[in-house]
Amino acid sequence: MRKTLPIAIVAGVGFFMLIQYFIPLEEFETLYEWALDWTMVIGCFAMALGLYSLTNVMVNKVRRKSPGWGYSLVALGGLVFMVFVGLVPHYQESLKYGTLFMDIFTYIYIPIQAAMFSLLAFYIASAAYRAFRARTILATILLVSAIIIMLRLVPLGPLSPINQWLVNFVLTVPNMAAKRAFWLGVGLGASATALKIMLGIERGYMGRD
Amino acid sequence: MSFYERMMNLDRRWIYLVIGLVVVVTAIWSFTVPLYVTPEVRSIYDYVESLMPGDVLMIGVDYDPSALAELHPMTYAITRQCFARNIKLLLCCLHQNGPGMVEQVIAEVAKEYGKVNGVDYVYMGYKPYPGITILAMGQNFRIPFPEDYYGTPLDSLPMMRNITNFDNVRAIINISAGSGTEYWINYANGRYNAKLAIGVTGVMTSDYYPFLQSKQIFGLIGGMKGASEYEYLAAKGGYISKEKDQLVASKSMPIQTTTHVVIILFIVVGNVGYFMSKRKKQG
Amino acid sequence: MGTTELIWNGVAAFLVLSIYSFLYKDNPFYKFAEHLVVGVSAGYFAMILYYNAFLPKLIHPLSSGQYWYVIPGILGLLMWARFSRKWQWLSRPTLGFVIGSGAGVAIPLYLQNYVLRQLSASMLPVGFSSWPQITNILIIIMVFCALAYFYFSKEHTGVFGGAAKFGIWTLMVGFGAGFGMTVMGRVALLAERVVFLRDYFHQLWNAVF
Repeated sequence: MRKTLPIAIVAGVGFFMLIQYFIPLEEFETLYEWALDWTMVIGCFAMALGLYSLTNVMVNKVRRKSPGWGYSLVALGGLVFMVFVGLVPHYQESLKYGTLFMDIFTYIYIPIQAAMFSLLAFYIASAAYRAFRARTILATILLVSAIIIMLRLVPLGPLSPINQWLVNFVLTVPNMAAKRAFWLGVGLGASATALKIMLGIERGYMGRD
Repeated sequence: MSFYERMMNLDRRWIYLVIGLVVVVTAIWSFTVPLYVTPEVRSIYDYVESLMPGDVLMIGVDYDPSALAELHPMTYAITRQCFARNIKLLLCCLHQNGPGMVEQVIAEVAKEYGKVNGVDYVYMGYKPYPGITILAMGQNFRIPFPEDYYGTPLDSLPMMRNITNFDNVRAIINISAGSGTEYWINYANGRYNAKLAIGVTGVMTSDYYPFLQSKQIFGLIGGMKGASEYEYLAAKGGYISKEKDQLVASKSMPIQTTTHVVIILFIVVGNVGYFMSKRKKQG
Repeated sequence: MGTTELIWNGVAAFLVLSIYSFLYKDNPFYKFAEHLVVGVSAGYFAMILYYNAFLPKLIHPLSSGQYWYVIPGILGLLMWARFSRKWQWLSRPTLGFVIGSGAGVAIPLYLQNYVLRQLSASMLPVGFSSWPQITNILIIIMVFCALAYFYFSKEHTGVFGGAAKFGIWTLMVGFGAGFGMTVMGRVALLAERVVFLRDYFHQLWNAVF
């Protein structure tokens, strides 16, 4: 029952959602809209799972005074302060631009998040120097293609129109063909996996007993 | 250790320092970078230009601050162009940390043009499960978004009186940094035949050329270069101006140019060092 | 820039430089900024989830008499049973519902958009009388060869092996194009942050002197 019922639900809901695509009956449309509506309500609780998990980890670190627990206190403090500032002064008006809630988002969250991801520029430069070697013909083809694309941002004088043409050719012919083969594989693989899930062959989502 | 071996074992912090210096020097002593506008960016600009005042355009903003540099300028440029031409905007955000990004754009640009919430634009906010949300919007916007971002029921907003689903918007421009674009192509365009264009980060751009060729999307703005191309067109159209510091992506293009040159040099030097040290070992 | 904005941007600039200090080595400033952003983003998302998801999709409908929303509400609450090893099986029906609906809608749409429409877009007019016709020949050959490379049920020998080899060359050009674009993407993130710091210090200089 603990395994049979979920598999039956997956199969039932899955096959209904599959066949309603082909059957334009009003009753099917209504059921389809209900299914979408319910899935979104469930999604709210699913998202809250992640938040609870994160808070739990931080609280445990502080409680056990694990190494670096002070930083977990900073994280917890940030979380609690954001929730307080989001709820108390203006309630839903807090979401408007210009409130303290949005100021913290704009001047603390945005800069740190953007800066953390900008570190990748340094890492890619380091990787370019240390790891990108034309060891084989395939690696050489990859590097030449990459350099053609990178040169489009560099003014090359009389060579610029030739480079732009080459870039356009690389992106719209070989790159497009390669990515098409990739998407064909994704489409077939995703459909096969979805079918396996609906038929109960794939049961990883259930977890262990 | 030979010179080439020392070159190969260079501390990475020297590389970081070179990149840092190049970026800072270019930021201080900037220059203009000549631009070539690609057809895939121009097609989006021309389409927005073809819309009449009062038409409704939907913008799906699915990114967070990690993609700010590449995608925020696109959102600003398109929003300014639309408001200048009195095109109504319907916005949503399907990325969990992105709603504030949309609010930032809308609050600033709506104030510039004197646009009124609920009349000239509606910002529907965020919902989880982007795929399911897009499918629901295709049926009726009120299923996923009974209220807008600010808590106002959608039915009470004048702009939403004649808008039910994707059939009532002229096109959708999805500006995204993650898998959201796939859902828009698959569900909004695939199931509901919504006219779709996308703006994506540089990392994702090359992946979506097949959809451009198959006409599942009618335009593609790729990364910061695409954003600067759109800004160039919008500036030519008089919708944004350098004097008001509105060409955000274009400001960073000189740094792109010099850093790209340095990275290409790193690749060349790295390979020269590799082959020279390999030859030395074999000799 | 007003005084308040100058101060807020000063906080933002300090946090950005704290993140960049990691390039030299890990230090308390970086750890502080890193943990702060974790907490602030969690708190921010909690508020967005509450105002944009829970309120309009569950709380307001229930309080306005749409009591059938209790059913997806209960299903959503059952998701939280995942945290208990003893009651974890209670979350399976809800998961089954969500996964079933996702799998069901995916199959026809993935097959239509990633397979059929991509294949039909590969049926291109060919010939040698114009450049577009010649590139169409290249596209068809490259798509077929890239797909041949991914077909592992037949040994890659002879003509088929040659096609697979050309296919991997095509894929390498595609990956090279992707790498070139990735470099631009990463550098863009850094460029924007440096421009922010430049503009801020310029404003600060003007304000102070």
